[in-house]
Amino acid sequence: MAKAEQPAMKSIEDELRSALHEAAIEHFGDGTEIEGLVKLSGGASRETWSFDAAIPDGGRLPLILKRDPPSDEVTDGPTGVASVLGVDRWTEGRLLELAGEVGVPVPRVHFFLAADPRTTAGFVMQRLEGETLGRRILREDAYAEARPKLAFQCGQAAARLHGIPIDRLPPLNSLRVDEELQLYRDILDSFEHAHAGFEYALHWLEERQALAGDGHTLAHGDYRNGNFVVGPDGLRAVLDWELGHLGNPFSDLGWICIKSWRYGHVGKPVGGFGEVDELLAGYQAGGGAPFTVENLRFWEVFGCMRWGVVCVINAFSFLTGSQRTIETATIGRRAAETEYDLLELLD
Amino acid sequence: MPTDRPTAAELVEAVREFLTDHVGPNVEGQLAFHARVAANALAIVERTLAEGGAMDQAEAERLRDLLGRDGDLEELNRDLSRRIRAGEAIGDGGALLEHLRRTVQDKVQLANPRYLTPRD
Repeated sequence: MAKAEQPAMKSIEDELRSALHEAAIEHFGDGTEIEGLVKLSGGASRETWSFDAAIPDGGRLPLILKRDPPSDEVTDGPTGVASVLGVDRWTEGRLLELAGEVGVPVPRVHFFLAADPRTTAGFVMQRLEGETLGRRILREDAYAEARPKLAFQCGQAAARLHGIPIDRLPPLNSLRVDEELQLYRDILDSFEHAHAGFEYALHWLEERQALAGDGHTLAHGDYRNGNFVVGPDGLRAVLDWELGHLGNPFSDLGWICIKSWRYGHVGKPVGGFGEVDELLAGYQAGGGAPFTVENLRFWEVFGCMRWGVVCVINAFSFLTGSQRTIETATIGRRAAETEYDLLELLD
Repeated sequence: MPTDRPTAAELVEAVREFLTDHVGPNVEGQLAFHARVAANALAIVERTLAEGGAMDQAEAERLRDLLGRDGDLEELNRDLSRRIRAGEAIGDGGALLEHLRRTVQDKVQLANPRYLTPRD
């Protein structure tokens, strides 16, 4: 089987290389070469490739291509959160550019790749040095001096991205808090398996919507430890803008606090590395609206609920056969962890 | 149940040990990762076979007290969910939340007991 697949893989890579080469020449000039092209990951919603552009003046740029998956691939199912909030790669690249303009640390976007018979659409950005794995950021000595800075820096970067004027943004999905709660209810109901803990949490959230705050801005959608590039000096970049949407800005701040993204370091509520007052100080320094502990708790409960819904979606994508892997099956059973965290947070 | 030794639980244990001791060390990358995930899934089955029955009984008993009615576990849970959604008062004081916490703690005890003992 491996033998039969190899020629096909090769030609996919060759076709991409040829499209990428043309686009790189257009952007960097004649004589630019593409070197070391390698696929880093392929998900249901995007592919990531790494390569270097060797430019004629002798410079060498480390780059990342993010492109849409081949169009005949199944996405994350009819009820996936990503299919409701997810954006295409050109929109994601545009969000990175806009975020960079208002001072959010992000990789620089070099050029966009148009869809043609050889490739799907994508964008090419700077490949940054640094760590993205949450566990390593929390444990390794190299980041000991970075960790105390991160909560403030993440607060500041969030405020800046939330401050991008809406009229400058590309078309995005928009979700108000009541619409998103209804969406989660519909998803859970469609699976016909009672989760009394999730019912309790949804009811709790519905009754307390006044605590959500009334901002409606660009929200990153997956703002958490694991999507940050961190160096020994602190936060270097905010990655993975593919769930960018119009929503409540505080949703990003609750999401960065949920227990699942503290990787066991539960005593530090912000990403396992910092405190809430540091996040708030950074958020205000970046020009963000002040939030209260109650606002944040609402969005932490909300985020925990959202992660629970994603786990349940995994369970059912295994059961229905749309993604029948041992991994989706076991992620499905992690729903219990989020239900547990929720009940710890609630009264 | 017409069964000799090894029992169902002992067979699951044997397959888990096979994955951990013989498959895992001889494969690499994604396959090694999936062998570990598969062994963890079997550990869930082992805990469920050992502890699940008693947990179900205790849960059903709590639900009968809380809802003041009889029924099997699935019916009782559906009824509980429906009443929570409708915002009905259920049980005295913190009885509902205590039941929910107890039940979810048991779920996690089966699915991933390490989650119940945080590292810091």
